[in-house]
Order: sequence, then structure tokens, then C-alpha cells
Amino acid sequence: MGINYIVPEYRVVRDPDRCIGCRVCERQCANEVHSFVPQTGKMAADDAKCVNCHRCVSLCPTGALRIVKNEDTFKINANWSNKLMQEIYRQADSGGVLLSSMGNPEPYPIYFDKILLNASQVTNPSIDPLREPMETRTFLGAKTKKIQRDKDGKIIPNASPYLELKTPIMFSAMSYGSISYNAHESLARAATELGIYYNTGEGGLHDDFYQYGANTIVQVASGRFGVHADYLDTAAAIEIKMGQGAKPGIGGHLPGTKIVGDISRTRMIPEGSDAISPAPHHDIYSIEDLRQLVFSLKEATNYQKPVIVKIAAVHNVAAIASGIARSGADIIAIDGYRGGTGAAPTRIRDNVGIPIELALAAVDQRLRDEGIRDNVSIVVGGSCRCSTDVFKAIALGADACYIGTAALLALGCHLCRSCHAGKCNWGIATQRPDLVKRLNPDIGYKRLVNLVEAWTHEIKEMMGGMGINSIESLRGNRLMLRGVGLNEKELEILGIKHAGE
Amino acid sequence: MKRVYVNEKWCLGCHLCEYNCAFAQTGEPDMARALKDKTIHPNIRVEDGDDVHFAVNCRHCDEALCVKSCITGALSKTADGVVTIDQDKCVHCFTCVLTCPYGCILPTEDGAVTKCELCLKTTKGKPACVAGCPNNAIVFEER
Amino acid sequence: MNYVIIGNSAAAVGCVEGIRQVDQKGKITIISDEPYHTYSRPLISYLLCGKTTEELMRYRPDDFYQTNKVETILGQKVTKIDPDAKQVLLESGKTVSYDKLLCATGSSPFVPPMKGLETVEQKFTFMTLDAATALQKAITPASNVLIIGAGLIGLKCAEGIFDSVRSVTVVDLAPHILSSILDEAGAQMMQRHLEKQGLKFYLNDSVESFDHNTALLKSGEKLTFDQLVLAVGVRPNVSLIKDAGGKVGRGIVIDATMQTSLPDVYAAGDCTESHDISSDQDRILALLPNAYLQGECAGKNMAGASCVFDKAIPMNAIGLLGLHIITAGSYEGEEKCVQDKESYKKMFIKDGKLKGYILIGNIDRAGIYTNLIREQTPLSEIDFDMVFEHPSLMAFGRGYRDKVLAGK
Repeated sequence: MGINYIVPEYRVVRDPDRCIGCRVCERQCANEVHSFVPQTGKMAADDAKCVNCHRCVSLCPTGALRIVKNEDTFKINANWSNKLMQEIYRQADSGGVLLSSMGNPEPYPIYFDKILLNASQVTNPSIDPLREPMETRTFLGAKTKKIQRDKDGKIIPNASPYLELKTPIMFSAMSYGSISYNAHESLARAATELGIYYNTGEGGLHDDFYQYGANTIVQVASGRFGVHADYLDTAAAIEIKMGQGAKPGIGGHLPGTKIVGDISRTRMIPEGSDAISPAPHHDIYSIEDLRQLVFSLKEATNYQKPVIVKIAAVHNVAAIASGIARSGADIIAIDGYRGGTGAAPTRIRDNVGIPIELALAAVDQRLRDEGIRDNVSIVVGGSCRCSTDVFKAIALGADACYIGTAALLALGCHLCRSCHAGKCNWGIATQRPDLVKRLNPDIGYKRLVNLVEAWTHEIKEMMGGMGINSIESLRGNRLMLRGVGLNEKELEILGIKHAGE
Repeated sequence: MKRVYVNEKWCLGCHLCEYNCAFAQTGEPDMARALKDKTIHPNIRVEDGDDVHFAVNCRHCDEALCVKSCITGALSKTADGVVTIDQDKCVHCFTCVLTCPYGCILPTEDGAVTKCELCLKTTKGKPACVAGCPNNAIVFEER
Repeated sequence: MNYVIIGNSAAAVGCVEGIRQVDQKGKITIISDEPYHTYSRPLISYLLCGKTTEELMRYRPDDFYQTNKVETILGQKVTKIDPDAKQVLLESGKTVSYDKLLCATGSSPFVPPMKGLETVEQKFTFMTLDAATALQKAITPASNVLIIGAGLIGLKCAEGIFDSVRSVTVVDLAPHILSSILDEAGAQMMQRHLEKQGLKFYLNDSVESFDHNTALLKSGEKLTFDQLVLAVGVRPNVSLIKDAGGKVGRGIVIDATMQTSLPDVYAAGDCTESHDISSDQDRILALLPNAYLQGECAGKNMAGASCVFDKAIPMNAIGLLGLHIITAGSYEGEEKCVQDKESYKKMFIKDGKLKGYILIGNIDRAGIYTNLIREQTPLSEIDFDMVFEHPSLMAFGRGYRDKVLAGK
């Protein structure tokens, strides 16, 4: 081995007074950081292998472990950061594209954090959600334009196919393959209990999960993996994935080594073959082409299921959304540049796309301006981190939010951003059976249910504070929002006033 | 009656149950202080295979051979059917070790025997092994 | 229902507990020639070495008779059973009637005729509390004790007094110690251990004659001693049943429900013959666990339930001066053995089943082996190599574990 240029990013600090040598850390670390040294009778750690997933810290029964940032540093340079230098060393070693996982961690502005909410005082009194009914039920799909009646005056049911959510939150697309069987089961069961939906991603639907079909959105993406008649028929809705916030403009690649057993069967591709989702859909080069796929899928499912078109938030997102709203799709899903991924080229993830807050405001405004807002519902994802993010997104014009990273966090993810290594110590982003079993869906689904219920409580509190008793009244209600520390242009795009105005 | 049941499917072989058991037995408030540099004698033991792990502790059998075979009367059943041991009476003859079909009564280093009593004498609630299991691989419930 | 139990040890207690599982009301009377609250016979050696006390060696709590509504007639010998009149006669002349009777009379030390034995002043047996306390009173730190019999009783006695006397010497006719439960290699290991602690053995040898405080052995060796303990063996106390016309072999003959050939008369414990399933032979299994299980089964049947006890096997757990032995079953069939300095393990396999085993030293989880013998588990159903290496449930199938560990 030549020179090791890479400096460990973290250090494992073990309190010798607290470590009892139980070796739980050693048994639980798939990266083999911890080891027992028989000569000393003590535990040792290899910092270089640590991804800072905190599995050992969480399971250490005596609280003997801490993971700290390695204080070792190259000479400080505001232009050439330590991180950039390490990336150069890495690429000089490997000649490869840098890979990353989960969402963009770079310090770009977070607009949600620069928006404040209103509350009632004196007039239009607030509502106590513990005493008054608060409605968070949300319907996704095209709004009925005209009420039709038959000759007896009875209403003809002519509503487009729609999704009904008990609360305006859904689990975003994560494929079986990128996440584990147990993670999928947790999501599916939680969605069912919560009266919301989870999304298969482009990995097909495992046989065992057809039972949750009524709460499942199935995805049709550029690789068409796992798509067949039953798959479409089972689902509550079908999502055409045109793009993903973490990696707009590029496809996906699940290496053949991960295409084994159930994954191969579920994706309907041979074991060991790489699952390559092309960057574009090879049959879609225009809105008209997209319309063809939308209607193919509607035709295939007898016009009974809403079709979602998911795009990444990119520069001209408003114009694209306008096209989609005219393509026959029932729902547009927009994924911001902070959205997560199981693996993406680092440079793409960290530099392509735009913030979801701006994209959402622009799309909502554009569709209103064009009088086609009711053609579609808008679902946004790409880092809704808490109930206020959801709340602000709805006030900016969203019908509902997708949560992905937040859901994984509820399942135990610690955002170590090493999904692409396939050795997730929390049993989420891995297919290694010994690791997958670490996520017991009986625990996982309950944690997801708890999370969404907690957020829903908070949303009701905030609605009540504004004197609003139905989520419908919040949607696009930008008067309830004020910006702080935003410039004129940002306020203009967000369509909100500055605080104090 | 509530008992500890093992969900082999979810056992990770982390052995935390053993340490939580040993800790509960000490009655100390701090695990590090209680178990530092000590050999533990947990009443629940994890068996590790290549890809199978499971914890084993006293089943509190309805027809408890250990109780019926105990030559001193040190082993007895509570009204709730929990098999308990009176350490004063026990003479460490290990007849219970001879008879327990699951190997759940264990000799300790100092020649005594120890067994799971569902934390009746320590935590008096959920047994410590169950409370500390990270993956519901052992549960305390009626079945 | 009127239950009478002759005897007050493990089988009797098992019987009381068996009856009370079925019948809370019936009258139970225990008659025993010993005047004590039920105590554990095997603990007398532990009493001598101070590991227990007369209070702690009570086999059941002080309120046992009260809780179980048992009347006791203690310190009274039963002299006769009259199965026709359904009565037992006490030495006081009193009679006690029964609807169901358990004979749990145990066994007595067997003292073979030995020349000059009558000249020995301080001679003891080692079966009962009285015998043990008599021995305890007699010995002094200067005592040299001679024990005839290197079996379980003799050696437990040796252990019990070991720290209280100057020397203990054991003589046995058999070529190796603990011949009823150990094979030769195991016995040698055990003997080495005991000799290292200071016990002296004369094996393959016997007493030719006694003359007061000396014993002349067949080998010509002359031993002087202060106290003599006779622990050659025990004989089942069968006379009550035999005299009443009940069927008796080496012990009282009983069926799988513990009933004797006499109507409404049951027997349990050391006084009976058991069917050893490991050797498929009727044997006397003078073991406390066996006595309890038989007694309990008898009690249930006496109270009208239907119960069989058909899993009797020999089994012993014994520690001697810090080294432990656990054995079970019978020693026939193919042998599998490992031995190192500190431990010894031997298994006996026949017809694809484990028939017996011997463990010395490391005895952890031995019950898993015992269970294989009791349940006659076909070894093809488990990973026997694994279980031989280390007793574990891993060696059993998932289905078995689900049943025993997951309650499925």
C-alpha cells in the first residue's frame, strides 16, 4: 500500500472508565470499526472505517462511546477546504466519480427557516384543536370542474380518480433494493394504519406487500423495473418518475451484486444484472409523449387510478409543471434539491436543482395564473423536515408533502450518508440479511405512525392558532406566511410579504 | 401469566440482554460501575450460530422438573408460577442443572447457581433483558 | 377421601402436592417413624460440613403441613398394612383407616455381616438425620474415620466430615470409586482429585475382620480408626407391602400409575422398583427427584386424576470437594468421549438415541443431555456433534425452539 492520504473524518472516543467490554459495539458495527484486543483485554477502534452512523453509540449500554469530529486538519484554507482536498485525494486514488447518499448537506439557504407563521389575536379568534374538530383530510387529484346532475336532479359522480389522505403527508418513493424488506414493510404498514400512502420507488412491489395495495403508490420509472399488470392494478395510484431531486437529469444504477433473490424477482430482472435506470424515459421527449404514457397507464387501469408525474425541481420547473398539468396527470410531485437518494454522484447531488420552496411557489403561481391549478394536485418533497415545513409548504400552495429522509430517521437512520456502501447498520439501506433483521417492522412501523401522528397534532395546533379549522383553508394561503431576512426577489418568488409588512 | 418469549427471527446476537440481566442483579444504579472488570453471570444467555441467534432463559415450566427434583426445596414456584430460588437453602448440588431440559439454571464461578426469576427480586416490572432488547427479540407478554 | 401416607420424605411430599393439585379437600395423614418436619435426606452430609442447618434443610417450609391441610403422626412406626380392612396399624396399637394409601417407606442402610463388627464401639450408618447427628457428635478434630463403601453415600459422608477430622479412609470392594455412576476413567479422575485433597482409598479390597479400633483388610493392610461408617449400600423397605401380600421384587413392584398389586395401595420412592427407560429394565432408582416425581404421580392418581410416570432414568448430580459430577441414564452402546485435565465427558449412544452420559468438571447445561435421554429423542433429528461439543438449543431444529422458547 502506498501513502494513505485520507484522514479519518471522525474519531471514536471510548471512556475507559465506562467501557465494560461487552463488545456490543463490535458485534453491531458492519464496518468493523470496533475490535477486542485480547492482549490488553480492552476494546479498540479503527477510526478510518467509522461512518458515524451512531449504531454503537446508541447501543452501548454504559454510554461509553462518543463519535467526534476529527480535529486533525490540513492547513486551514478558505478556498481549499479539508473536504475538497480529501475529495481530490480520493479521486486521485480511484479515478472514479464521487458517490454520496441521502440529501444535499451543503450550507445553501433553507427558505423554510426564513418563513414565519401567523396567528390570530383578538379578531378571528384562534381555535383549540383539543376542543374543536380540526380537518386534515386531504384529497389529491384533479378537482371536479362542473357539477353535473341527472334528470332527477341527482349529482352524477364525475370526480376524477383521487387519493384520500387522513393527513397531508405521504412516504416518498424508496425502492425495495435501495432500502430493505423490513423498511418497506414498516412503511407499508404505517401508511395503512395512518390512512396515507407510501411509494414503491422503481423497485417493483414485493409479493408480500400486495396486501397493502390500497395504501401503495407504485412507480413507473425510466427502467420500467417491476412493472406489470398486477402491479398497476394493486396500487392506489401510479407515479411516473421523470426526475429525482437528489440527482436531476441522471438515472440510477443498482449494481448487479445487489440484484439477488427477492430483489431480482421483484424488479423482474435476472440475478446479478445491473439495474440501470436510464437518465431519460426513452419514449418521452415532449409533454405530448408524457401524455401518451399517462394515458397508457390510465387505460391499463381502466381510468380508475390517479396518475402522478414526479419531477425534480429545476430551473424552469414552472413551465414544465404547466405542461404536466395539461398532460392528463392528476398529481404533480416536485422533488427539491435537498431530496434524498440511496446513491448519487456527489457533484450532481450537491449542485443541481433548486430549493423546493421556490419551485413550489413558482409552480403554484404559474398554474393559478394559467387557470389550471385545479387540473392537478401538487405534492412536494425534498426535505420536509418537520411539521412546520409541511405546514409552510401547504401555505405556499402544496396539497401534500412527501417525506423520505424524515421517515428513515424515524426508522433509526442517523444520516451517515453511506447508503451506497450497502452496509447500513440500522437495517434500512442494506440487503445483508444480518443487517436487515436489525429493523423489526413491529417497532419500525409504530415509530413511523408516531412521527406522522405527532406532526399531525402539531399541524392542527398551528391551524388552530390561525383560526383555521381545515387544511383546505391553509392551502395556498400565503398571507399566513412572512419572510425574514429575504431579499425582494426571494419574497417575490415565494409570493409572501416580509415580516412587519 | 406474563413470560419472556423469544422471537428468534429478530435476535441480533448483540448480547445486551445478558448485560442488562447482570446489571439488574447487582442493584447498582450505574452499569459501568456495576459491571466494570467483572465477569458476568447473566440468567439469560444468547446462543450464536452463523446467522441464527437467540436468547435462552428459564421457561418457568408448568411442570418444572427443576422444582420437583430440587433436593433441598430451595427451588419453588410462586403463586404466579415463577420458579424462584432460595439461595440460603441451596447447597449447590446442581441437581437442577442436571434436570433443566433447556440448560437455563447455571452454575456461577463461585459455585452457586443462578436462574431467571423474571426480575421479581430486582426491577419488579418488565424484566431487564426485555426492557433493554433493541429489537423486540425478547418480549414479556401473555401467550 | 381419606389419604394416608407412610413416610415423610420426598415421595411423601410429592404425594401431598400431587393430591392437592387435584383434591383440595380430602384428609391427608402422614405417618413417619422419624419425629421431624420433612427434611431432605441427601442434605445430611451438607449439614456436617456446615453448608446447611437443620432449619434450612427442611424440605418444605414450616407451614407445609398446615398449608396443605396434612395431619401428621410423627415418631410412630407403622407395623402392618391391612389391605382388606383398609387400615394401617401403628406400633402404639392404634389403627388408621385409609381410602388410598401411599407406601413411601424409603430404604435402609444395608450392613453385611462382617467378622468382629460387634467389637467396634463407634460405628455408624449414614442415611438419616439421627445417624448424621450421632456421627457428628462422635467425631473430633483428632478422629481417624474409616468408611466402608466408596459409593455416593460413603463419599458424601467423607466430604461432610472431611474438614472436621484428621483423616478419612475409604475401603471398597469395587475396583473403582462411585462404581454405580462412573466408568473407570471417570472414577480415576475423581479419585485423583479426592486423593489430592487428602482422602485415602483402599479399593478392590474389603475388611476381613474388625477388632475394636482396627480393621484387617483382605489385602493384609491393617487400619486403625476411631469411628467406622458403614455405607455399603441400601435396601428398599418393602416388608409392609410384602407382609400384606403385595408383589415385591427387589423393591415394591408398581405400575406406571404407581399402584402396587394391592388395591388402593400405591408406592413411591426408594422402596420401589422403577422402570428405567434408558436401559428398558426394572431397577431400584433410589434418587430424590425420582421419589418426588413418583410420589406426585401417585398422589394425583390417588385423588382420581389420571397420571402416568414413565420417564424414570437414573440420574445423579454430586459434588465432592469442589469437583462436580453429573450423570444420567445407562452406560450401554457406542461411546463418545472427550477428556482434558479438568473435565471429562462421555456419552453412550444406542439405537440412534442417547442412553447415558457422564460429565465431570464442566457440567454446564447438562439437563439438555438428560432431556435427550428422557425424551428418547432420535439423534438424527438434531445436530448431535454440536450438542456433544457443547450442550445448546442451537443443535435442535427451529421448530423445537419455537415451541419451547416462543411458546408456539
